[in-house]
Amino acid sequence: MVARTVLTGDDIDRAVTRIAHEIIESNHGTENLVLLGIPTRGVALSNRIAEVIQRNEPNFLPAEAVGRLDITMYRDDLATNPTRAVTETIEPAQGIDDRVVVLVDDVLYSGRTIRAALDALSDLGRPKFVRLAVLVDRGHRELPIRADFVGKNLPTSREERIQVKLIEVDGENGVVIES
Amino acid sequence: MSPTQHLLSAADLTRDTAIGLLDIAETMAGVNDREIKKLPTLRGKTVVNLFFEDSTRTRISFELAAKRLSADVINFAAKGSSVSKGESLKDTTQTLEAMGADVVVIRHPASGAAYTLANSGWINGAIVNAGDGTHEHPTQALLDAFTIRRRLHGAASVGKALDGVKVAIVGDILHSRVARSNLLLLNTLGAEVHLVAPPTLLPADSSGWQAQIHYNLDAMLNTVKPDAVMMLRVQLERMNAAFFPSEREYARVWGFNADRLRLLGERALLMHPGPMNRGLEISAAAADSPNSTVLEQVANGVSVRMAVLYNLLSGERSIENV
Repeated sequence: MVARTVLTGDDIDRAVTRIAHEIIESNHGTENLVLLGIPTRGVALSNRIAEVIQRNEPNFLPAEAVGRLDITMYRDDLATNPTRAVTETIEPAQGIDDRVVVLVDDVLYSGRTIRAALDALSDLGRPKFVRLAVLVDRGHRELPIRADFVGKNLPTSREERIQVKLIEVDGENGVVIES
Repeated sequence: MSPTQHLLSAADLTRDTAIGLLDIAETMAGVNDREIKKLPTLRGKTVVNLFFEDSTRTRISFELAAKRLSADVINFAAKGSSVSKGESLKDTTQTLEAMGADVVVIRHPASGAAYTLANSGWINGAIVNAGDGTHEHPTQALLDAFTIRRRLHGAASVGKALDGVKVAIVGDILHSRVARSNLLLLNTLGAEVHLVAPPTLLPADSSGWQAQIHYNLDAMLNTVKPDAVMMLRVQLERMNAAFFPSEREYARVWGFNADRLRLLGERALLMHPGPMNRGLEISAAAADSPNSTVLEQVANGVSVRMAVLYNLLSGERSIENV
């Protein structure tokens, strides 16, 4: 197995900073903005994005606008895959009704995780808009879903594995392709 | 622990599995608090409640749990069914199998009924023991553990066991499947178990039971100072011999009343699996006190049973380390 680093820790930081700015720009500020991270690494990424947003827009309060969305119970492969651990869903203090919700995940691949996230979201409330931010888009979509904010597009083959490592979860930063 | 596709006994649960189930139940409790109390997780699965014994809360609790996970539920009560025409357990079960039941929740007056079903080869679905005779009632033990953990740790419950927590189980231990399952699970989770009962309502040989036995409720309350007291229902339907002189005497010596409530202190839990015999094993003052967790136990039962069904029906259909 060959492992190749495609993004270093610094590359990830730059991508996160750019995504944060793009989110502020497309939303014309931070009004009604809510970030929801999808466990596990999406949560760490959403916290990083929130930190950058707050540095630029002091009115943005991560404690009230950042949450996490566990999608395990909404997956369409529960019957075939081993039992997955369920984690907590935390709705931000201001709720999600009529907000602009940005879903944050590490890798966009088949699109099935995001499909599940959209279902989970509709059981929590009714956002005005739902956007999607991902660190890596590796293609091979199986559903009509696309990301609004992308850290890096990485054309891959299905045989390859992408590993996103974040210091909060894995103790180191970097994106590695294994083939 | 080898993965099992059934939940028959609290003894089947390892410490990690039990904590995992309680953690999932914590997530399920979050679902039960929100406006849309439904998950699509078990869409297209069929859960059969097979009840050969009367039950209110266990059956509707399983029914609600299955419905909140979007499974289809069939309720089967032996009364008013072909069983009253003399159909055997085998034929009833094979009928359910032919209809495609994915989970069978069984309550039966005979100890070991769930085990028989699970090992019979009559049915491929997962079996959940919802009470078999005087043997076990594992989901009750899980919901009791969940209730204790929530009261003691609140929002910080996830991942915690019950190490060092002192739990007293009081009353009709002899006939109680709730006591047996609780004893097993509480020990697995590290709690210290005290059994309090008149000698006539204890098993003839309790030497293999991992618990301290007391014969005086007031003395136990004073010396042990338990964190939780679990009152058991006096099972009048199983009282086929003279286990105690009279109901009035039982209520006086073993019933939980206002005086004993004062001995208990403010923080301790007063639990009862229901249905309560008010005025017998528990007085109205005690049952309606802030210590009482009776209604919390009912609410938590739904969350815990959702966790159990999720674990049995998702993935490789096994209660294993989560």
